Amino acid sequence: MTNTSKNLFNVSRGTVIHGKWKKQTYLVERKIGQGATGTVYLVNGADGEAALKFSQPLSITSEINVLKAFAKVRGSSLGPSLLDADDWENGGSVYSFYVMEYIKGPTLTDFIKARGPSWIGVLLLQLLENLHALHEEGWVFGDLKPDNLIVSGPPFALRCVDVGGTTKIGRSVKEYTEFFDRGYWRAGSRKAEPSYDLFAAAMVAVNLVYPERFLRDGTGSRQLILKVKQKQELRAYAPVLVKALQGEYASAQEMREELLEALGAASHESRKPSSRPSHSVKNNGRTARRRQQKKEKQLFGLASVLGTAVLYVLYILTEVLM
Amino acid sequence: MKQGTIRQILLLTDGCSNNGEDPSAMAVLAREQGITVNVIGIIDEDASNQRGLHEIDQIALSGGGISQTVYATQLSHTVQMVTRQAMTQTLQGVVNEQLKKILHKETDLEALPPDTRGEVMEVVDELGETANLEVLILVDTSASMASKLPTVKEALLDLSLSLNARMGSNLFSLSIFPGKRKETEQLIDWTPTLESLPAVFSKLSPGGLTPTGPAIREAISKFKGKRHKKGWLPTDDEYIEKSV
Ligand SMILES: Nc1ncnc2c1ncn2[C@@H]1O[C@H](COP(=O)(O)OP(=O)(O)OP(=O)(O)O)[C@@H](O)[C@H]1O
Ligand SMILES: [Mg+2]
Repeated sequence: MTNTSKNLFNVSRGTVIHGKWKKQTYLVERKIGQGATGTVYLVNGADGEAALKFSQPLSITSEINVLKAFAKVRGSSLGPSLLDADDWENGGSVYSFYVMEYIKGPTLTDFIKARGPSWIGVLLLQLLENLHALHEEGWVFGDLKPDNLIVSGPPFALRCVDVGGTTKIGRSVKEYTEFFDRGYWRAGSRKAEPSYDLFAAAMVAVNLVYPERFLRDGTGSRQLILKVKQKQELRAYAPVLVKALQGEYASAQEMREELLEALGAASHESRKPSSRPSHSVKNNGRTARRRQQKKEKQLFGLASVLGTAVLYVLYILTEVLM
Repeated sequence: MKQGTIRQILLLTDGCSNNGEDPSAMAVLAREQGITVNVIGIIDEDASNQRGLHEIDQIALSGGGISQTVYATQLSHTVQMVTRQAMTQTLQGVVNEQLKKILHKETDLEALPPDTRGEVMEVVDELGETANLEVLILVDTSASMASKLPTVKEALLDLSLSLNARMGSNLFSLSIFPGKRKETEQLIDWTPTLESLPAVFSKLSPGGLTPTGPAIREAISKFKGKRHKKGWLPTDDEYIEKSV
């Protein structure tokens, strides 16, 4: 791909990044990873190690919004926690960035390469647990793939990074990677709903045993089901993957329970009462609280003139939506 | 109150125009009427064609849109990304415009502190999800495109899948150039889904010149209803007067 999508960030070790607004500084240690649009660096700040991400200002802004929303969920580990968000002025250009918790460990791909495919099932269980929590809060992860999953520990825990695709349930998925996207396989819509993530979760397992991936042949989910059945490594829980690929699970919980059973675990474990309150009830309360916080923040706004102006814009645009 | 509508022309081509008006000039004409022109250049893995690439960027620049050059294999993902990014860009433009009017000075989203920017961005996201969208797809079917048309078809089906997952409504229309007798030919009139696309594509017989400029001019006239001098909001100023 050329121009607009080219990843333009290249910062060398030892560079000091100064935040324009909040005046924090970060010393760049090394590059951790690079995606289609963003680059993530391991940095050292006032509070020690952290991960710093540069990307297009619009992507950065909406990812910060997602991480902020996650931060309001108490005791959550929905994504990496957000530590700072700022702009860096360098050589006449401005670069937007945010700083987050550094999650130490190999990506799921590297982990499985090193330890073997018998880990796929159990880590999938953990992934489904994360997804369940996320869905309960009204979000769909969206851009699920092994590169965006990090195995931290020991004790091993799977963590999701890169909230670039994270979308409120009911909207259209913001960002995806074709191999994991049910739309690409003509196996469903791109509406953000739990079953979207569950399809992708099954494809994560598929990708781990087909590291080279493969292209669609036009037969839809039939092709995927065949691929699943051809791999010995997936045999134990192939029926669970197949159901997920066909959109037959309404919730991550349900898929997790069947996976657990297939993996031969004691079934009472899966009936453990959930410690999380059910979500539909608190959704309204949450938005109301958000609005409240928004108002407070605006009162403390850096420049109150700007703050008021933005309120106008918000008002005008909300009017348009009515 | 009436919903805003975003109007876009999505041009898919593999190279240089060689007939009729300068496509960049026609892209300016579109932009002046509130229609954004996005261009996707499809190139072969082996050859690269500098003049074609330059023209692709120029048209999008003139048409206030986004351009991207890709190999045929990356087409699907690119088509939907470019369309969505262009929508966001348009909406961001609207927001910037409003900020300017209120502050009586040049203020871009980027000039705001990150927290404030985030709040504005939420509104832009919301609008992108709910706004109505009209996309006129303009496909180059000159001889050199023949081998790429199956991929174009898949990419367009993908696009309609993505856009139809939004909450706002969509209207698509498909024209090709060169047409059988005219420079441009409309194959699908405004419709909310692209279901009929595979049937239409199976009947295409690529060949002929590449009249990109005239095709854009023709495309502009296909947009329904009152076109606006600039911007996508029908009554831009009313909102300001009402709220101040
Ligand atoms: N907080 C973090 N801690 C550790 N590693 C991280 C963290 N955030 C990102 N990474 C690593 O860096 C890589 C690139 O980051 P990220 O996925 O956010 O970039 P991107 O440009 O959004 O990529 P994509 O192409 O998926 O959109 C990730 O795949 C992950 O392996
Ligand atoms: Mg990523």
